Amino acid sequence: MLKQESYILIAFGIFAGIVAAVYWFWGHEDSGGVMLVGALLLGLMPGLYYYYWYRRSGGQRPEDRPNATVAEGAGTVDAFPSTSIWPFVLGSGCFFFVLALVFGIWLLVPGLSLVLAAFIGATAESRRGGSV
Amino acid sequence: MTDLIERHDIEQFDDHGGHETNPHDDHEHHGPSGLLKWLTSTDHKVIGINYTVTSIVMLVVGGALAEIIRAQLVSPTSTLVSFAQYNQLFTMHGSIMIYLFAGPFAFAGLANYLVPLQVGAPDMAFPRLNALSYWLYLSGVITMVLSFFATGGPAAFGWVGYAPLTSAVNAPGVGPDLWIGALLLTGFSAIFSGVNLVATIFYLRAPGMTLFRMPIFTWNMLVTGILILLAFPVLTAALVMLYCDRHFGTHIFEVQGGGVPLLWQHMFWFWGHPEVYILALPFFGMVSEVIPVFSKKPMFGYKGMVFATLTIAALSLGVWAHHMFTSGAVLLPFFSIMSLLIAVPTGIKIFNWIGTMWKGQIQYTSAMLFSIGFVITFLIGGITGIFLASPPLDFFTHDTYFVVAHFHSVVMALVIGAMAGIYFWGPKITGYKLHEGWGKAQFWFLFLGTQVFTFPGYWLGLKGMARRMAVYPNNPSWQTLNDWSTVGAIMIGISTLFLIINFIVSWRKPIPAGDNPWDASGLEWFTSSPPPHHNFLSLPPIRSERPTWDYHHPEHPALGHGDHVSGHAEEKVSN
Repeated sequence: MLKQESYILIAFGIFAGIVAAVYWFWGHEDSGGVMLVGALLLGLMPGLYYYYWYRRSGGQRPEDRPNATVAEGAGTVDAFPSTSIWPFVLGSGCFFFVLALVFGIWLLVPGLSLVLAAFIGATAESRRGGSV
Repeated sequence: MTDLIERHDIEQFDDHGGHETNPHDDHEHHGPSGLLKWLTSTDHKVIGINYTVTSIVMLVVGGALAEIIRAQLVSPTSTLVSFAQYNQLFTMHGSIMIYLFAGPFAFAGLANYLVPLQVGAPDMAFPRLNALSYWLYLSGVITMVLSFFATGGPAAFGWVGYAPLTSAVNAPGVGPDLWIGALLLTGFSAIFSGVNLVATIFYLRAPGMTLFRMPIFTWNMLVTGILILLAFPVLTAALVMLYCDRHFGTHIFEVQGGGVPLLWQHMFWFWGHPEVYILALPFFGMVSEVIPVFSKKPMFGYKGMVFATLTIAALSLGVWAHHMFTSGAVLLPFFSIMSLLIAVPTGIKIFNWIGTMWKGQIQYTSAMLFSIGFVITFLIGGITGIFLASPPLDFFTHDTYFVVAHFHSVVMALVIGAMAGIYFWGPKITGYKLHEGWGKAQFWFLFLGTQVFTFPGYWLGLKGMARRMAVYPNNPSWQTLNDWSTVGAIMIGISTLFLIINFIVSWRKPIPAGDNPWDASGLEWFTSSPPPHHNFLSLPPIRSERPTWDYHHPEHPALGHGDHVSGHAEEKVSN
């Protein structure tokens, strides 16, 4: 599983690494070099993680095999939340947080309260709902 | 509330699919209703529609600002707006169009709706994160719009916000801070959308939907998602640094304290150039879905298309400083070579679109017209981009209307592509077709208006008209070309009116579309229009990149694309 997926991310990372090396030794410019090394890591870290899971699990998922039947994928796909108010609460909290950056520190009070409420609410919701 | 999603194949229902069964039998919801339903929904279809509607509203707002800009430029000494207002106008026009319309429409509007449908998934991988990403985007929209009412007006330093124009001294007041805040919110929203896209495509594909059977649109959204994850964190970091410079006394972008103003340009464009592809790739994907359907042919060069997309994305990491050629502090040959290289995969894409249409039975529906208009307009924008990738030519045209016309050809191509997407997938989303006559009228006004709008800009740029000037009293000869450009802008405005009229007409006299009105091939056309909650009651066997076509046309299997065809279709490949 996840073999080709990991290769895509690793390829992005390696390409960014090559570009970083060429740029660094040719251009002697720091900020671009640092950002390209960042891109290298952003490609390699998830890519190697997926590769690790591919090596560890070995077998192919039904979605990786060209001749898989739908019946092979039957069963529970996953548990999906159908409704939840907490994303809205968390988003509102972030909105107040940004307004606090502009209009004054006191807006952090509603901002952080909403964020905290959302953390607690969403966690409790997940526990109640099972494996979300 | 949580739903456990089971997956069924078509045999487990009745022979011809779950279409006839009531979509709501399986997963009936007794959740909240009304406003609370909207606030609590984590359904990717609801979120996708929210994104699409919000971003189209921002398109209209940004377009209205553009019309004021063009009205100001009809005469060399116009006094419609003051110089300060003009700066605010072009800043907010650019910011709204790039941050609040093009990006969210592309990677979070239609993509949110379509990617799970195209890979056969019940929802996005992280539905609550998806909802959060919409609320952050909406907060960003509100924050940006609030800045119009700020004391001292909204931000006026251009949508690129170059240092030192953005410093606390040069841009005082809350308007610029609201601009930073809006971008922080939409930036995080984009990052979460990117995470969701990648995770959905990696983990929630239907059985048999291998990577190389995914629709081109889904492929492009995967690559867009990866690019978002590589690029957006840099912008968000730069904005935090800018905020610190303005309020906490740091000097990251200020010469006075030992900072480097050019660093902002590096960071901004390290996001900004991949962003161009983050905007463009989804629309490449949309027309790549539309053109095969109305040419009655499979995609020409499917794998070439995929690798071209991957190559464009990879190269886009190494081209940022071609926006900074005239700064005198960047490695010209490196960025010139990398920028010119991008023409190769882009050329492959245009070749493949033409190859798909070649000898096809072309149906000139609105969606197809918009797609062809996209290819032509994008070609114009792309070719002028190749000129600009050459430093000697860029020195001559930098910050002139040539550059303005170049990127407006590109982004107007994206708007035309967006319309192709709306006309093509609208029936899937609403269950009703849009009116073709109004659609074609809209196409001709939008397409011709775009060319009338941009072409004078190329000439004006070569004559030396700099961008961002509110008046040009010393060059009255520029007036004719500017007036033509304004005529084009008015035509584009009229085309938007036609779209709104079309929505109203199609709403008053609905034309039912059915599940698969275009005889299309992607998995999204297998389910009902609009799809039921959690999308699929049943799935067809997936044996090629055209599963719905294979199911409805067993006599014409979509084979012949090489090694990604196997399974029970193998015996047919041999002959």
